Amino acid sequence: MSESPRRESPLAGVGSQPVVGDAATVRLAERPFRGQLNLRGDVASPTFVDAVTGVLGGPLPVQPNTVADHGEVRIFWLGPDEWLIITPEGAGSDLKTVLQKALEGIHFALSDVSSGQTTLVVSGPDAGSLLSKSCTLDLHPRAFAPGQCAQTLLAGSTVLLSRLDRAHGPEFELVVRRSFADYLWRCLADGAEEYQPA
Amino acid sequence: MTQPRRLPQGGRIDRSRELAFSFNGRPLQGYAGDTLAAALLANDVRLVARSFKYHRPRGIVGAGAEEPNALLQLGGGGHTLPHQRATQVELYAGLEAVSVNGWPSLEFDLMAINSRLAGLLPAGFYYKTFMWPQRFWGRYEHQIRRAAGLGRAPMEADPDRYDKTHVHCDVLIAGGGPAGLAAALAAGRSGARVILADEQAEFGGGLLGSREQLDGRPATDWVKAAVAELRGLPEVRMLPRSTVFGYYDHNLLTIAERVTDHLPPGISAGPRQRLWRVRAGRVVIAAGAIERPLVFGNNDRPGVMQASAVSTYLNRYAVAPGRAAAVFTNNDSAYRSALDLLDAGVEVAAVVDVRLRVDGELPARVRAAGIAVHSGYALVDVQGGKRVEGARLMALDSDGRGFSSAYPVGLRCDLIAMSGGWSPAVHLHSQSGGKPRFDETLAAFVPGTSCQAEVSVGAARGCFDLSGCLQEGFEAGAAAARAQGFEARPGAPMPAAVIIAQAPMMPMWRVPSWRGVKGPKQFVDFQNDTSAADIALAAREGYRSVEHVKRYTALGFGTDQGKLGNINGMAILAETLGQDIPSTGTTTFRPPYTPVSIGTLVGRTVGDLFDPLRKTAIHEWHVEHGAEFENVGQWKRPWYYPRQGESLDQAVYRECLAARRTVGVMDASTLGKIDVRGPDAAEFLNRVYTNGWTKLGVGRCRYGLMLGEDGMVMDDGVTARLADDHYYMTTTTGGAAHVMGWLERWLQTEWPDLKVYLTSVTDQWATVAVVGPQSRGVLAALCQDIDFAAEAFPFMAFREGTVAGVAARVFRISFSGELSYEINVPADYGRHVWEAVMAAGAAFDITPYGTESMHVLRAEKGFIIVGQDTDGSVTPDDLGMSWILAKNKDYLGRRSLLRPDSVRTDRKQMVGLKTLQPGFVLPEGAQLVDDPDAAKPVPMLGHVTSSYHSPCLGRSIALALIRNGRQRHGDVVYAPLSDGRIVRAEICDPVFYDPEGARQNV
Amino acid sequence: MLQIDCPWCGPRDETEFSYGGEAHIVRPSDPDATSDEAWADYLFMRTNPRGRHAEQWCHAHGCRRWFNVVRDTVSYRIEAVYRIGGQGPGGSHDPA
Repeated sequence: MSESPRRESPLAGVGSQPVVGDAATVRLAERPFRGQLNLRGDVASPTFVDAVTGVLGGPLPVQPNTVADHGEVRIFWLGPDEWLIITPEGAGSDLKTVLQKALEGIHFALSDVSSGQTTLVVSGPDAGSLLSKSCTLDLHPRAFAPGQCAQTLLAGSTVLLSRLDRAHGPEFELVVRRSFADYLWRCLADGAEEYQPA
Repeated sequence: MTQPRRLPQGGRIDRSRELAFSFNGRPLQGYAGDTLAAALLANDVRLVARSFKYHRPRGIVGAGAEEPNALLQLGGGGHTLPHQRATQVELYAGLEAVSVNGWPSLEFDLMAINSRLAGLLPAGFYYKTFMWPQRFWGRYEHQIRRAAGLGRAPMEADPDRYDKTHVHCDVLIAGGGPAGLAAALAAGRSGARVILADEQAEFGGGLLGSREQLDGRPATDWVKAAVAELRGLPEVRMLPRSTVFGYYDHNLLTIAERVTDHLPPGISAGPRQRLWRVRAGRVVIAAGAIERPLVFGNNDRPGVMQASAVSTYLNRYAVAPGRAAAVFTNNDSAYRSALDLLDAGVEVAAVVDVRLRVDGELPARVRAAGIAVHSGYALVDVQGGKRVEGARLMALDSDGRGFSSAYPVGLRCDLIAMSGGWSPAVHLHSQSGGKPRFDETLAAFVPGTSCQAEVSVGAARGCFDLSGCLQEGFEAGAAAARAQGFEARPGAPMPAAVIIAQAPMMPMWRVPSWRGVKGPKQFVDFQNDTSAADIALAAREGYRSVEHVKRYTALGFGTDQGKLGNINGMAILAETLGQDIPSTGTTTFRPPYTPVSIGTLVGRTVGDLFDPLRKTAIHEWHVEHGAEFENVGQWKRPWYYPRQGESLDQAVYRECLAARRTVGVMDASTLGKIDVRGPDAAEFLNRVYTNGWTKLGVGRCRYGLMLGEDGMVMDDGVTARLADDHYYMTTTTGGAAHVMGWLERWLQTEWPDLKVYLTSVTDQWATVAVVGPQSRGVLAALCQDIDFAAEAFPFMAFREGTVAGVAARVFRISFSGELSYEINVPADYGRHVWEAVMAAGAAFDITPYGTESMHVLRAEKGFIIVGQDTDGSVTPDDLGMSWILAKNKDYLGRRSLLRPDSVRTDRKQMVGLKTLQPGFVLPEGAQLVDDPDAAKPVPMLGHVTSSYHSPCLGRSIALALIRNGRQRHGDVVYAPLSDGRIVRAEICDPVFYDPEGARQNV
Repeated sequence: MLQIDCPWCGPRDETEFSYGGEAHIVRPSDPDATSDEAWADYLFMRTNPRGRHAEQWCHAHGCRRWFNVVRDTVSYRIEAVYRIGGQGPGGSHDPA
């Protein structure tokens, strides 16, 4: 096989079609192919904590439902012994190798899930309203601010939701398992119809 | 003349916007701001419905949610809605309304004969009459339903969109009348997140239909200012046209918002309705009160209305519902209606008051206006059929139980405004778990002790003076915000109302019957045609519990759920039983407060969005290549790939033979996959699987069976050892989530000492199964860094390598009995690798196959599918799989395999079945018996769990669970089918094909 | 619809959780030494009280932690939530 392998994001079929245009008050997009590592380990173990902190350039978030940013790497709290590390595209496997080496001899688990989930971005003034159609979480900025994340049920799919408000308005990221991505996208696009200019 | 009953001035309608609508095909005019009921009354339409049981003529009684009669069918086609309360339907141009009852027409209703036969139709009539013979009930029911006329459900798909949303707030206020607005101001000013919901299009509640003054100016001026202030508060959400209809656990409330119902169909302005699911910190119930009717003879004639509704039509809609009115009351509030009528230019024939002494301030004003007040009198009869033509009154005796006059006196009127007192709307309080208590002074149920974080204020609590409503609303709003951590902030004080003292009311649950049983019917529940006599009859027939009486007489059923009739009915029951009202009790109110469209409850989860559809990375290829799909759990899996003109059987035949003779390929990505890591991983697997895992070498795979603690088969799959402390487990497609939860539960709760981490990687890997004698050639063409020679890469081993340029894990395992390889690659490359396999396999005519062929191939080998061949009551031994039960260790479920029930010798066991007629495929689920002619009940041996036509055997095969089946190979059993045929089949070994397993070991 | 206070994630809607039945059921440490009756009791018999009930829940769509809840089966009020191994009201707790 001479040609280089072709990869495809889970939303290759629909994500390229702009279901919600720029004029709308809510926009949908996919951020595909980011590096994603699932890390499990014991924060009570100083060797584990030190090794991870050394590699990532900062500590793991230990406060439930929070996010830590170390340079271009984002780490999400998933559970008391579980994190999701998101890297820019292409940086996942290198980081995995480095982490694995640093953690040698320690009880931990590191799984590459880059192909197993993708990221949907919902932004615009009505982004929160759109998500609330399918999600029971309190998304008011008082209850869910930038820096927080939550695993929850959105349109029947388990998602990791975080808020990243930008200068131009609210922005939410949804990390979703690959097999649910198409359904979730269609659900959100359907709910977003209301926010489209006639 | 158009709109003959419209007053020349006043009201909150927009006279510049005339709206054309129709009622039963008759074109009519109304104004913007009207409800359908107001517009009908403006056009002097009195008769709007026929009653449920007797088909008596009925008119509009109320002006709000309590309306029992004016239930109309709106619109046509898929847009139509049955049973809409005309009193809550906003008029729009082109609105088409028709009556739901009355045949052949509303004016001439043949079923009105029921009214003449009323004596033959007592309470419980249907129960008593249609009991026998039981098999005729279906026929009776059809006729009864047609006669009862419940409206027409649309037959077309609903063209409208509905939506649903979830919100959280600090304070939810149900009701936007004076108390609700005051609560919203207090809570809103504090900065708390507030939702104010009201069922009407405009906020203001009862003030909109009154002539109350606040601070010396019309109360509606204050409403306007309050609404403007609230709209300016960023954390306050105002929801008009929104009914808080349900109060559930943990302060979850539901609101039905009618977003575009007030617009003509076809105008695209968002969803038709929206369901709000609100999780509220605190709830303030300001739902108001409902005026009770009085129970007297022929009190259901069109033109008998709630006094408050009469005032609303006069003041809010500038409609005079009659020319000459009689007011019938047991309290002071109806005197306001008398004054409203008088000031609107309607003649008031008299006020009839059951109280002997009437000396309050409002009655004094009415007397001063020259209106006759007959105190100590009651209306006993109403004259007229399709509209009120007069009334008759008699003097009551001193205790109100009989009459002091012998004959009634007539009164000329075409409108009767009645008031039997007020019932606070305790519905939401009751739904929240509160138990309303009876207040003797108000003669009404009021909210009792709160069970959740809720409080009722204003009329909903039994406070009927405007200043009091504003004050307690404001205080409750502030208190609710404070409880949520928001301190009150200053703002304009609540305005002052003119306080008019009201004299006590006199309970009068039922006017004494003037002529005993021969007297005219006294209706308690208009919608269900329940009369006072029906309730008395139920009591005489032995019904004591209010819940039983309700079901026997239909009191409180229907779309209004007894909003008007319940209290009167219960009080009449209490009187008949000679007990007091509190010990008679009240029925429990349940959601919804008013009916809610199914579409609103469903929202957008219809059609393709009904439930998540999970797709594999290769899904689009399957679609492009014409696959038919089947649902497996939430997954869409290719079922078979028909070529031009092929049936399912033909496609499966071709696919199966390809896998057996050359090579097939299947998308197996949906299997659950779990990374199991840690120094105790092997020990963990030993505990959750029935077989041993310690000795499995790195690079090898093993099949495992997982049991519940009850010893029954729960899941199965192949697990590979990737490293000393790293296993890669697969689960069934449908069981993946459950297995993950199950394993985590044991680790977290019982075995926290085990050093094991689990990570679900189901979606990370796409799995391409290449199956058949030529599979080795396909793999070898795609992958250069793995040696596929039989001895180098044996059965039940795995290798890592590069397949089609992608880092892959290749497992040599088989669910078909053929030589086969399962290629696992990161799912982003799933489609690339699949297409590469198709290209490399082209030389062998590689054939994609779906789940149906997979089922046939595995059944030929006697491989089980958990959930199809097992049902939670099957042990490993039942399946003939005792070989997989380790003897030297404990594992989940093992002890249960020793229970007496698990070692019975007559358990159902997995066997094969061959029909004696080889072409006949038994239906799955078919029951099996030894003797189809045995006396009933025929003893059952078991049932067919899997059944197919086997292309490579050229005959049908089936798997079955049969009592003691392993000892019965060679016996013939019978399958009596639902169509009457009886099919014979021979019990055999469940492995039909290649019993030595030679084909997968090449 | 309950709102359950996950000991890690805070209050969340019931839809995010899965129910695990009665809490503090201890797996017999030596199943072989356990009589059929005692084993059946462990497997099948539950208290099913009217009122206060200790039960296990899993935050299945959240942090995937199992934990204990004390819930009133009449009012549905949740009295307490506590982690596995933690102490509940009235001294109820998981096996050491």
